[in-house]
Amino acid sequence: MAFIKGYLIPRLIQYILVIFLGLTAVFIIPRLTPTDPVNRTITQLRSMGSYLDPASMNAFIEDLNELYGLEGSTLEQYGAFWKRLFKGDFGVSYFQFPTPVNQLIKTAIPWTLGMLLMTTVLSWILGNIIGGLAGYFSRSQWSRIIDTFTMIIRPIPYYIFAFALLLLLAYVIPIFPVSGGTGIGRQFALNLPYILDVLRHAFLPALSLVLIGSAVWFQTMKLVVQNVNAEDFVQYAKFGGIRERRIASKYVIRNAMLPQITSLALSIGQIFSGALITEIVFSYPGLGMLLYNAIITGDYNLIMGITALSIVGITTAILILDLLYPLFDPRVRYI
Amino acid sequence: MRILKDLFEDYRFSVSFSILGILLILAILSLFSPYDPTLWGTVPRDLKPSWTYLLGTNSKGQDIFWQATFAIRNSLVIAVIAASLSRVIAVLVGMVAGYKGGKTGTVLMFLSDVFLVIPLFLIIVMLAMLVREKMTLVTLGLLLAVFGWAWDARVIRSQILSLRERGFTQTAILSGTGTVRLVLNEYMPFATPLIFSTLINNMAWVVGLEITLAFLGLVNMEIPTLGTMLQWAISYQAILLGYWWWILTPIILSILLFVALYWLSVSISEYLDPRTRIQRVGT
Repeated sequence: MAFIKGYLIPRLIQYILVIFLGLTAVFIIPRLTPTDPVNRTITQLRSMGSYLDPASMNAFIEDLNELYGLEGSTLEQYGAFWKRLFKGDFGVSYFQFPTPVNQLIKTAIPWTLGMLLMTTVLSWILGNIIGGLAGYFSRSQWSRIIDTFTMIIRPIPYYIFAFALLLLLAYVIPIFPVSGGTGIGRQFALNLPYILDVLRHAFLPALSLVLIGSAVWFQTMKLVVQNVNAEDFVQYAKFGGIRERRIASKYVIRNAMLPQITSLALSIGQIFSGALITEIVFSYPGLGMLLYNAIITGDYNLIMGITALSIVGITTAILILDLLYPLFDPRVRYI
Repeated sequence: MRILKDLFEDYRFSVSFSILGILLILAILSLFSPYDPTLWGTVPRDLKPSWTYLLGTNSKGQDIFWQATFAIRNSLVIAVIAASLSRVIAVLVGMVAGYKGGKTGTVLMFLSDVFLVIPLFLIIVMLAMLVREKMTLVTLGLLLAVFGWAWDARVIRSQILSLRERGFTQTAILSGTGTVRLVLNEYMPFATPLIFSTLINNMAWVVGLEITLAFLGLVNMEIPTLGTMLQWAISYQAILLGYWWWILTPIILSILLFVALYWLSVSISEYLDPRTRIQRVGT
């Protein structure tokens, strides 16, 4: 009971408030400019060369007004905006008229989610294990070599790093496909060649995400381990004659992993934006690529849909990690 | 002076200091450029690096070396505008939330939580789409400044929280020092190095975001920056056509800049934190 009152409810209230503020921003931002989005869309359609006679043009404008929720006062629009959000309806996309935004996002999500989950988990585990060992044996030669290596690649943004990899592995040593999610024209099928093809295409984007991601975890983990190393219980274990390897894995690294879970929760948003950009570099058919197309074609509905969904998705992921934390740390039971 | 000497003993500090020095000289060289960076066709197109054209020329007929000097200058200008403005916000929020605490503090920290949790990148993209026709160096700097303070405000707040518990705070208050003077005279000396190190990190963040926005076509492509330079090379298919000198110049320059800024901030913050300093000297 105390847990629910003291922790769960305030945390849930915070979660709802954050989502509320974020989505309100999504509502306000498009209304900041003096230009009317409907007018803009019409001019865009015209400049693309499509001609509509006046009558059907009027019908189209009315449609747009309704779609953008531009009918009535700002407050009424705001109400309508939330109503549509709860129905999960983001209107129609212009870049692929008249496909609903929902459907575009639905086809893109599995790619992004798969890539994000795989690379985040992999880099978190890799970075923490190697970083933990390097921190424990910080005097050894290999630990220093890896440390220097991560010092160089860590500050490079995903996007630049992805480009460097692309230049190297796709042109200088061409072993991996440069772009796309599968080979051209390949149909979805649950068989081995299809899965292998997907994995082969995912390799380069995943590699750039994993390399930089694990460099970040490596560095913080190494520092944390060096600090835990100096604690009394580790000294005691050493004097007690417990084997080094056991101390490193069971005593030091396990303890040092805990703050890393909190950092993971805090950095999910950043990892997410990095993944979006990396997708664009490799034309990987996920949310990032969708966002890119939406920006190029000025498809505001689609951008709003992607942003709203990402806000809800990321805050929820952080909430789940926060609530799972006591499972990892027996000292915290949120009493 | 002693501090500088100590810092230079860290190879990371001396390396990053030299790289930044070279980049700064390049940026200053742009003032003496023989070409106008916005003009096309001032030199023959697609030439390899040679003595006349140090880094070759691009498909727009521009000398890449001089283009790069402008790119570095403009990227640094955006970074300095955005990072110093967001420092003002971060310091104000951090100090108020740390020193006053209470309801104001809770609200401010909640606000910074919101900024940390929400995928800001997408919000910035939405805003940039609205102003992209009118995007200048200053508007871009302002836009990024509004979003770059949240994490550092937290860092500064925790520093102030610990300073508030120290004895000299009580002494100062009891001897009649006002809040503003207390914060400026007593706390600022402690917080300045920390603020400086967050400034460097924030500059790297700004440069990275500028490159990202340029890649998405959300900045004014006529202003040479590291981002727009790379974007022009990509849109002219420099990779496929084999103009490696065109695409590699912005990539290598930005990698140098990121590594230098990161190493500078790491060596400074390690110097500030004596625990890691001892560890480094000890090993």
